[in-house]
Amino acid sequence: MHSTFDQKALTRQLAAAERRNKVKAFLLVLPLLLFVLASFIVPIASLVWQGGYSDTFANALPETSKLLGAWDARSPVSEDLVKSFVTELKASKLKDPAIPTRVATVVNREQSGSVSKFKQVMSASDLASPYKEKLSALSSEWDKPDIWRAMKIVAPSFTPRFYFQAVDLRLTAEGDIKPETDENAIHLLLFGRTLMVAALVTLFCALLGFPIAYLLAHAETKTSNMLLIIVLLPFWTSLLVRTTAWIALLQQNGVVNDFLVAIGLIDNDHRLVMMYNMFATLVAMTHVLLPFMILPMFSVMKTIKANLVRAALSLGATPWTAFWQVYFPQTIPGLGAGCLLVFILAVGYYITPALVGGQSGQLISNIIAFHMQKTLNWSLASAIATLLLIGVLLLYWLYNRLVGIDKMKLA
Amino acid sequence: MTVSTSSGYVVFDKVEKTYDGRVLVVKSLDLTVARGEFLTMLGPSGSGKTTTLMMLAGFETATGGDIYLDGSKINHIPPHKRGLGMVFQNYALFPHMTIAENVAFPLRVRNINKADAEAKVRKALDMVQMSDLGGRKPAQLSGGQQQRIALARALVFEPKLLLMDEPLGALDKQLREHMQYEIKRLHETLGITVVYVTHDQSEALTMSDRIAVFNDGRIQQLATPDELYEKPQNSFVAQFIGENNQLRGIVKDISGGRARVEIGNSDVIEALAIQAESGKPTIVSVRPERVEIEPMSSDIAATGRIEEVIYLGDHIRIRMNVFGNSEFIVKVRNGSGRRGFAVGEEVKIGWSLQDCRALDV
Repeated sequence: MHSTFDQKALTRQLAAAERRNKVKAFLLVLPLLLFVLASFIVPIASLVWQGGYSDTFANALPETSKLLGAWDARSPVSEDLVKSFVTELKASKLKDPAIPTRVATVVNREQSGSVSKFKQVMSASDLASPYKEKLSALSSEWDKPDIWRAMKIVAPSFTPRFYFQAVDLRLTAEGDIKPETDENAIHLLLFGRTLMVAALVTLFCALLGFPIAYLLAHAETKTSNMLLIIVLLPFWTSLLVRTTAWIALLQQNGVVNDFLVAIGLIDNDHRLVMMYNMFATLVAMTHVLLPFMILPMFSVMKTIKANLVRAALSLGATPWTAFWQVYFPQTIPGLGAGCLLVFILAVGYYITPALVGGQSGQLISNIIAFHMQKTLNWSLASAIATLLLIGVLLLYWLYNRLVGIDKMKLA
Repeated sequence: MTVSTSSGYVVFDKVEKTYDGRVLVVKSLDLTVARGEFLTMLGPSGSGKTTTLMMLAGFETATGGDIYLDGSKINHIPPHKRGLGMVFQNYALFPHMTIAENVAFPLRVRNINKADAEAKVRKALDMVQMSDLGGRKPAQLSGGQQQRIALARALVFEPKLLLMDEPLGALDKQLREHMQYEIKRLHETLGITVVYVTHDQSEALTMSDRIAVFNDGRIQQLATPDELYEKPQNSFVAQFIGENNQLRGIVKDISGGRARVEIGNSDVIEALAIQAESGKPTIVSVRPERVEIEPMSSDIAATGRIEEVIYLGDHIRIRMNVFGNSEFIVKVRNGSGRRGFAVGEEVKIGWSLQDCRALDV
């Protein structure tokens, strides 16, 4: 017989016994948890943050920033605003001589030609009250509202403008959202191209990988082990080597063109352009990502019982029906995992398109790198990367709804 | 030689099979199965029984000889056109389909219209007493239930022949016995021809009309269960079916179907000369339950020293030393008036000539 008291004691005992195990288990995963936190969670959080935060202007010209915030962007600028702009800009140079240039660059992104106007202000020595007239004497540009409007846009530290820019929209000084001018509208095109390339690469990998995985899973052990080594062999060579090998193969004087000319299929003067374009990106990425498709499919196919197909045949199904209605549905978890893996990797692919893609084969990751390294517009790069991340998460969610993530089997 | 194909529903005529071109796993197999018969192919693993079944199903090609079904040669007909129902070792139910979809599969691939198919599926599920579970997936069913579904699926399209490849191997003992009776009952009510493969001799004895005992790629004996048990033709069959005492000896002479065999320390006993040659070694086979202790009279008399006594409820199993062979087993029915046995005791034993067969070595 158990009294209530006994029960409670028992529950406590159980909890105490379990606690030790829980602590042990937690300590085991702690190093990984810290690593993931430091190398994954924190960078992603700062990425999202950076995408909506840029304090170059507000840090250098705090008072001006406030006054610009109060300005309605239509009426003529006040003497106070101009005075605070000139004095703060001049003062910022004393802190760090690079600051005025940095501020000018930020403004220049919204209004080209601003850098030279800022330089005029910095080099002018006799700027004093009334500041408005003195500035307009320097250049008539300072009379026009455009440069002030540009400054109003970049003044706030917290701003959604980079996210708008990432999808080819502009935030105006009045706070309206306008479509980007055609020559600057490049991001949506690149997002679209990236999705298309990723989808095509996934499709090609699935089409090429399925028969290989099938062979691997159903050949004799000796043959299949050798094939598996061949499939894994690319992992032992550098990604760079594999990609550059395609340059040797596909370029105008490359192996493929030489061969086609040699067998007379094409004329020497009309060699195929297979390098530095979309075609090269597709071919090289399919090659590089193929193992990621094969391995999960292989591991799933290996668990499919051989007698399922035999059963279907014995029940009167033709070999095709047996494959399509009985075998193929069993491979979905592997195929799904492979597709998801390849697609996600392809969406963020950088080196291969950068090396072989030329102009038409550039993907969204290349523009992120461009903003990181060339324009130094880290906030825009972060905004684009964040949108990419959100897109991938959406696809993951969709996959989970359609196939079920618990059914996924990675190798 | 021509085979009269009218003699049987399924005919194997000198069928051979090799996988590597060197070793024959099935050697010149002749076998005839009558319409409506329940034939079991019984043998240890690697004996060629499953290969033979797979050749009949069409999953393996015979490398020699011909196979006939209902009078026509089927060597080159692909499996899906043979119209045979087959039940596999691990049921082979399609995991992504419901039970009803599984059973309807053979009808669907035959383009049978929906209403007819539904009626047939219902009938087939009724037949195996599983009508309530049509909407479930195979993984939600127990092994025994899955086996019934596999059976219903193999029978729903009224195949010419039902092939079963160790269908009960994965079930526990009690369920296996239950399913044996159920399959037997289905065979009797439907009158379908069944070719059944197993390595379990009690399963074979329970269900079959005839049993083909396979070993080393050959049929060792093809007979009814009782004949197989009572009159094994060679020592492999005697050993494989049921329990068996083997006394090794040399045949002294044979006369009138009886062999006089010298065993151990110059004892000579008589045995039926089944596969014995004068002057050659032989194995004399006696079933443990046919040995009597302190018999009134017996054809062969001997003395045994009791080595071990095991109480098994319905019978007592006594290991004794007879003719210098200490592995000699005697089974004594556990009757109310039974005497006690003590280790070391010497008892008189005996058996009749009919139960004592001199076989090959």
